[in-house]
Amino acid sequence: MGTKRHFRVWRGDSAGGDIEDFDVEVNEGEVVLDIIHRLQATQTPDLACRWNCKAGKCGSCSMEINGKPRLGCMTRMSTFEEDETVTITPLRTFPVIRDLVTDVSFNYDKARETPAFAPPPGVAPGDYRMQQVDVERSQEFRKCIECFLCQNTCHVVRDHEENKAAFSGPRYFIRAAELDMHPLDDRTDRKEYAQSHQGMGLCNITKCCTEVCPEHIKITDNAIIPMKERVVDRRYDPLVWLGRKIFRRDQLDGDGENMAPSSSVGVTDVAKGAPFTTNRGPEGPEVREDGRMDVTEVTLPTQGGPSPFGDQQFPLPSGRVAYQPPAPQYGVHDDGQDGDHGTDGHHQGH
Amino acid sequence: MTTARIERHHYDVVVIGAGGAGLRAAIEARLAGKRTAIISKSLFGKAHTVMAEGGAAAAMGNVNSRDNWMVHFRDTMRGGKFLNNFRMAELHAKEAPERIWELETYGALFDRTKDGKISQRNFGGHEYPRLAHVGDRTGLELIRTLQQKIVSLQQEDFAETGNYDARIRVFSETTITELLLDGNRVAGAFGYYRESGEFILLEAPAVILATGGVGRSYKVTSNSWEYTGDGHALALRAGATLINMEFLQFHPTGMVWPPSVKGILVTESVRGDGGVLRNSEGKRFMFDYVPDVFRKQYADTEEEADRWYNDPDNNRRPPELLPRDEVARAINSEVKAGRGTKAGGVLLDVSTRMPAETITKRLPSMYHQFKELADVDITKEPMEVGPTCHYVMGGVEVEPDSTAAMGTVEGLFAAGEVSGGMHGSNRLGGNSLSDLLVFGKRAGEHAAAYTDSLTKRPKVTTSDVESAVLTALAPLERPGGENPYTLQQDLQAVMGDLVGIIRREGELTDALKRLQQLKLRVAQVGAIGGRRYNPGWHLALDLRNMLIVSECTAKAALEREESRGGHTREDFPQMNPQWRLINLVCSLDGSGDVHLERKPVPRMRDELIQLFERSELSKYLTEGEITQFDAIEGPTGDAAIPGAKSKTEAK
Ligand SMILES: Cc1cc2nc3c(=O)[nH]c(=O)nc-3n(C[C@H](O)[C@H](O)[C@H](O)COP(=O)(O)OP(=O)(O)OC[C@H]3O[C@@H](n4cnc5c(N)ncnc54)[C@H](O)[C@@H]3O)c2cc1C
Ligand code: SF4
Ligand code: SF4
Ligand code: FES
Repeated sequence: MGTKRHFRVWRGDSAGGDIEDFDVEVNEGEVVLDIIHRLQATQTPDLACRWNCKAGKCGSCSMEINGKPRLGCMTRMSTFEEDETVTITPLRTFPVIRDLVTDVSFNYDKARETPAFAPPPGVAPGDYRMQQVDVERSQEFRKCIECFLCQNTCHVVRDHEENKAAFSGPRYFIRAAELDMHPLDDRTDRKEYAQSHQGMGLCNITKCCTEVCPEHIKITDNAIIPMKERVVDRRYDPLVWLGRKIFRRDQLDGDGENMAPSSSVGVTDVAKGAPFTTNRGPEGPEVREDGRMDVTEVTLPTQGGPSPFGDQQFPLPSGRVAYQPPAPQYGVHDDGQDGDHGTDGHHQGH
Repeated sequence: MTTARIERHHYDVVVIGAGGAGLRAAIEARLAGKRTAIISKSLFGKAHTVMAEGGAAAAMGNVNSRDNWMVHFRDTMRGGKFLNNFRMAELHAKEAPERIWELETYGALFDRTKDGKISQRNFGGHEYPRLAHVGDRTGLELIRTLQQKIVSLQQEDFAETGNYDARIRVFSETTITELLLDGNRVAGAFGYYRESGEFILLEAPAVILATGGVGRSYKVTSNSWEYTGDGHALALRAGATLINMEFLQFHPTGMVWPPSVKGILVTESVRGDGGVLRNSEGKRFMFDYVPDVFRKQYADTEEEADRWYNDPDNNRRPPELLPRDEVARAINSEVKAGRGTKAGGVLLDVSTRMPAETITKRLPSMYHQFKELADVDITKEPMEVGPTCHYVMGGVEVEPDSTAAMGTVEGLFAAGEVSGGMHGSNRLGGNSLSDLLVFGKRAGEHAAAYTDSLTKRPKVTTSDVESAVLTALAPLERPGGENPYTLQQDLQAVMGDLVGIIRREGELTDALKRLQQLKLRVAQVGAIGGRRYNPGWHLALDLRNMLIVSECTAKAALEREESRGGHTREDFPQMNPQWRLINLVCSLDGSGDVHLERKPVPRMRDELIQLFERSELSKYLTEGEITQFDAIEGPTGDAAIPGAKSKTEAK
């Protein structure tokens, strides 16, 4: 009862690769990951793809489907037209290892750089008391399944290898926010830290991360904006530079540290108190009828920035596409640098 | 074949598995000052534990103060039909609350009660609300918390040494294929990086197995590709023994339709919160399947069952909350009797029993998952569910206090789903997550202590490494060999059809024959493509583990001529007290074949057996044992539990 459908899958490794064409059977009720498994079982046993739970719970199967960052196991085939070609490519922001598998160690490095929970001194295990309303705010962020789709989508690092060192990314902003809002966390400098060490200032609240989050975590509205809000009036922030667009003048006033250029907005008090309109204010965007939000920052045909193949319309025209992924970042994820190689261990590759 | 280019590392403790058990063990070993490695087949934080939904059982008594470890112990033994290793059940019940509270100091955020304590929910087989939970994503909370604790330990090490990996290092996407021995002692572990296909050798005097279960050998399963029984097979090959391998838990309510969600579990809390099961005729059939042992605790009318949700002290619980093997068997019988749906399941309905907001609030990820995956709105329509292979009770036979593997090997420890004994013939929902924490900690602690007791580090021999390399590369040398995916499907068919939820002698003998044939074919399995992230090659290597573990299951299932917990023999439908005295233990003989042995079940200590009423025990124990019980002095049953409600209070 299955129908044959056309699939295009990027195959290759860090040295480069190609889109390959496949015709595969598709049955009612299947998801994209089912099709990849069918490909592995019938045509390409060595097609590399990560997955674990097939239930949207582990965040392993992140990929770009028709240019949109998505979970393969949560993308129903019925969301495509009957005759639509489905193009599957690896996450673009991270170096390709093989086929659909990318090196996501960037994220694990950033996790290590995010200060951990600081338990309240003097409170014994078993004596923690917190109200449900108070834990709920942080619980929203702990829903994160670490699929890294938000990290992949964020334009600050998506085509900007050079920003990676300074920028932790939305996943770790919500981690910082989670701890900031944790009723018993003992650190008080989470906001300042996010600003000064995690590169939160580079975020200009485009909300692309929120849009792709499969857990529907309101990354920007509930984490980033509250984290920025109070920091903004205390320290220099590139965002303040944009302040003439986003903030009323009275919010900028009286801050000695503020190095933002003066702005005319609000000078006449005409705009005072009125929500600013040419850019997103700190309040949430409109939620569309389908429960999602519009992405307003850059209006591209595909989510979160251009495709790995340059400016392309999907489905791609047939023919060869030479995708050159960024070179892997050695030194960031240094296997065995801690002198673990035995005396006879020259690990010289292949 | 040269071993000179293989990457080598030296550790004190190597933990294989980064699920709840592995991470908790690693934390303990690191806190004991040992250099610790964590190995995982998938990325850090993605292990199977993330999928656990319902909660972690611990008798904290936050919701009902009558709860304590003795009641929890009793429930666990009942659930396992008295075949549990009583000492493990005892340690588990006693230590689970501490382990949960400890998680809060690592940053976990459980749902709360009104007075700000950890909230606890009802679950099948637990007498009181006992499961600490976070919505329906408790496993995620658990693994993330442990993962973040490990990161925080790494941060401490970084502050001290300038190197995050100084004392605890995670090797993600790395598969261990062989344990290496020095005589009878563990000397290290050999495996490959999935990414590069390069080999890695970890030399360590102590290895902790925390590799989870075996469900991938079955057609309909909730388990991921990781669950190929690697730890079970590694232990066998190293000379350890497996226990209770015939007991597999089939989750009663896995989705059977539509295909995109097939095998995905509908958490049992759906039933705890009011979901009911109906057959295709619309009948609430569970009332017909209450076994005699449970009659006293379960309602026999729909009215009483419905009253229980609001007034649990004065009503008996609905039969939908029977232990899951009873529910699975009931569904199976309904489907076999022709009262199932087209896809071979029954209907689980919450939509007509709760307002939509309550459902989305209580079961957010369930709601989300079905809406998104299958376009099924659980607030509007019932779900189609049926039995799904879920959990293996059997596993590495361990010494209860230290978790050290039994058999001939030394320096091997096991915790979590890969270990056996704790859950007897059936695991209660929620007892696994707490099991991971309790025995994970113990494994880390005792592995560390074991390394201290050694005077000399065991040494890995080069020839062992060479043969491990050859075995690992063999499928790649046979590009024309049989397709591993076909072999896996054939294995799944044998296990699903012949060693599934309901078993018969004829089918089991047939299964064993077919497994022998598969063995010959697996020896000829091939893989094409290179060594870099090649799933075909990885599966080819996993197959031999799946096969050997399946053989243990089939052999033990054939041997045990009774029905108990996760083992149902159609030809021996009754539970037999004589069989309760017997554990089936598997080992490998010299030629690599599975050898099965009967061993006695250890006898419960007097003060523990006194927690039960004579009338209950008489259903499980032999007459001889009952006579022994009668000779013990002192109160029994609830009277032996301080603070427990007396029977007259409960109706
Ligand atoms: C859908 C679902 C729901 C569940 N719900 C509950 C619940 O509500 N409550 C409850 O108590 N229990 C529940 N369980 C059971 C529970 O989740 C598991 O039993 C438990 O998580 C097992 O944990 P573990 O630490 O033993 O292993 P896992 O978390 O499975 O981890 C195994 C680890 O071993 C690694 N590994 C395996 N083989 C190798 C190898 N050869 N080399 C290197 N690494 C290897 C894997 O990569 C993985 O990291 C549920 C299970 C499922 C599937
Ligand atoms: S809001 Fe935009 S810039 Fe900020 S983290 Fe999200 S995607 Fe990046
Ligand atoms: S915040 Fe959302 S998108 Fe980002 S990693 Fe977590 S689950 Fe994925
Ligand atoms: S496989 Fe786990 S999220 Fe897709």
